[in-house]
Amino acid sequence: MADVDDAGWAGRSMARVVAPARPRKLAKVPFVELAEGRLQGVVSSGSDVGRVYVSSITANTHAYHCSTNNNRPCGGLGGAPCKHLQTLANEAVLQYGLERVARYLRVEPDASTNTGAELLHGLNARHEPSSAAVVFSRFLRYLSYLEVPGSTTPLPELHWFPSTRVAS
Amino acid sequence: MRGTQIAALTAGHPAGLTDALNLVEGLDAALTRGLARVGDEDAAALAGLAGALATTPLANLVAEAVDKIIAGSGAHEYVAALAGARSAVFGAVHDALLGQVDVAFERSRAPWAPVPPAAPDEVSPAAPGEMSPALAGARAWLSEVAVTGWRGVNHELVAGAGSAVEAALAVPELRRLAVLLDGLAAELRACVPVARMPQLPQRRWADLWSRGVLLAQETAAGDTALSVAERVSGRLLPLAVDVHEHDTAVQFQVHALLEPAGGGPPRLVRTAVGAAKVDSIVGPALWRLLPAQSVLLAALAQRRGVLVSDVPIRGADVYWQDDRARLDEPVDPFAAARVLLPGALAAAPHPVDRHPAGIAEPVLIEGYAVSAQEGGLTVELDGHRLAVAVDRLPSCGPLTPELVAASTACLGLLRWDAGQWLLQPVAVQATVKRKIVAVHTGDWACGVTDAKAAKADAKAGDAVLVLRERAGRLLRR
Ligand SMILES: [Zn+2]
Repeated sequence: MADVDDAGWAGRSMARVVAPARPRKLAKVPFVELAEGRLQGVVSSGSDVGRVYVSSITANTHAYHCSTNNNRPCGGLGGAPCKHLQTLANEAVLQYGLERVARYLRVEPDASTNTGAELLHGLNARHEPSSAAVVFSRFLRYLSYLEVPGSTTPLPELHWFPSTRVAS
Repeated sequence: MRGTQIAALTAGHPAGLTDALNLVEGLDAALTRGLARVGDEDAAALAGLAGALATTPLANLVAEAVDKIIAGSGAHEYVAALAGARSAVFGAVHDALLGQVDVAFERSRAPWAPVPPAAPDEVSPAAPGEMSPALAGARAWLSEVAVTGWRGVNHELVAGAGSAVEAALAVPELRRLAVLLDGLAAELRACVPVARMPQLPQRRWADLWSRGVLLAQETAAGDTALSVAERVSGRLLPLAVDVHEHDTAVQFQVHALLEPAGGGPPRLVRTAVGAAKVDSIVGPALWRLLPAQSVLLAALAQRRGVLVSDVPIRGADVYWQDDRARLDEPVDPFAAARVLLPGALAAAPHPVDRHPAGIAEPVLIEGYAVSAQEGGLTVELDGHRLAVAVDRLPSCGPLTPELVAASTACLGLLRWDAGQWLLQPVAVQATVKRKIVAVHTGDWACGVTDAKAAKADAKAGDAVLVLRERAGRLLRR
């Protein structure tokens, strides 16, 4: 949210509100999002190409959970977030930047925090089971965008959304 | 473009512009606080808007809507009348600004040719009084947002957009509405809780909201129907490609000169191709979303003309059909613009699309000086200055602010926002290592041509491929 302090920002049709996602490799974490009050996503299993883990952490309570998409609890959940959650948080920081992830999780990272895993480590997080179905269905819906046919009809509204290389 | 033309744009605003923008600002502030309980200040602003439209065909509609809204109604028809009023004001602003361009550049512009309404038996199969569920969902969400106000937007309200987007996305005729709602919802999602933001992009969100309301009316799409389009053949000379993207959509809009096969002056046209995507597909990977448009991509990457035969055109919009296009000889867009742009015939947009944000007029500017000021760039010619929209250089091409700063010639799109004209570069000629190079936004349409950028692109991996593989495994089980 650059320019927020600029008096003209509120009056600009082209005010840039969200920085575009930064490029990252998708193989390990095909899906991560800050939505519905959670940092949530899907992490590929290291051993089985057909399996994915669904991991999430709630923004205001810092309650976390990780399970397979069939709701089988992750074996790595001891007293702390598992490696899937750490990977998820790392990729979230790559995609959105540390500042935005921290703001969403309502934490103030200290100067030594650089990665998502470090951010998680600084939280007073607790385990609380939640359903994988909600997140997994959002992932399926996300993937379904790639099945939407292309268009050759002009979409004039996209003039409000110029592509940019400038990080805001 | 000459210095005097910059001066003609920047010397003063069209008459009435400030008043018009003040009317809009009043409505935008009301939408920020929400229409549920309209306070005195907002009531005065709404009444002012109704008063300004008192001599127009919208007069009664808007006056009644304002009364009802002030009295506490949030019914969609009243909310929609406000969106219509706001769009009408911006339509007038658009026309005045485009008129300024046409005078400065002596650009001829064909008016929009409306199509006579279709006979009742040719209209959509939907029974009378029956609204498509997708439109109904979009309207309900847009009304709720207006009643709540931007400040009140929370996770639940944002999540409510999901089903409206999904329904609209499933109907090809509602693609515009779907893409708009998805883009707006993503911004709101990123800003929740909005109440905590020190300042809101209230002009922008109200723009998107009111366009959304217009697109959610039954009559919105009819006049752009392909069945009523004129058809043309001829040679297209691409000048520039403008790239638009949000998390789930990308559009490449090519501005071009069309030399009609039957002779006559060249026409200033554009053609757009787009794809749905997800947020993690960014940068040069965007081009890989368009495998079906290989002729257009090759024309951009190789800077070649294209022969099109019998393709539909409405106003300035050529509807791209890759199978009706053939690559032609190489074309230097700078030379084409120099020779043909001054005499080209432009066209006015569809009435619904008349908003300053849609103004993107191709211009060629040469022999200027570039200076860096307040973090931005400015071009100066004969003592007249124009700000550069550096933040509109796309992520999928080689054009950088550094190249713009080192440039001596620029193909650009004239833009207007918040009272200011801007130059959006789409191609430059610049001196790099004592050589003049030409760099265009579309240079990487068929793959990254710069070794360093290609390495970075390869390192990121093929996002489209990875996600398609995941979709293949998970979606069809
Ligand atoms: Zn796990």
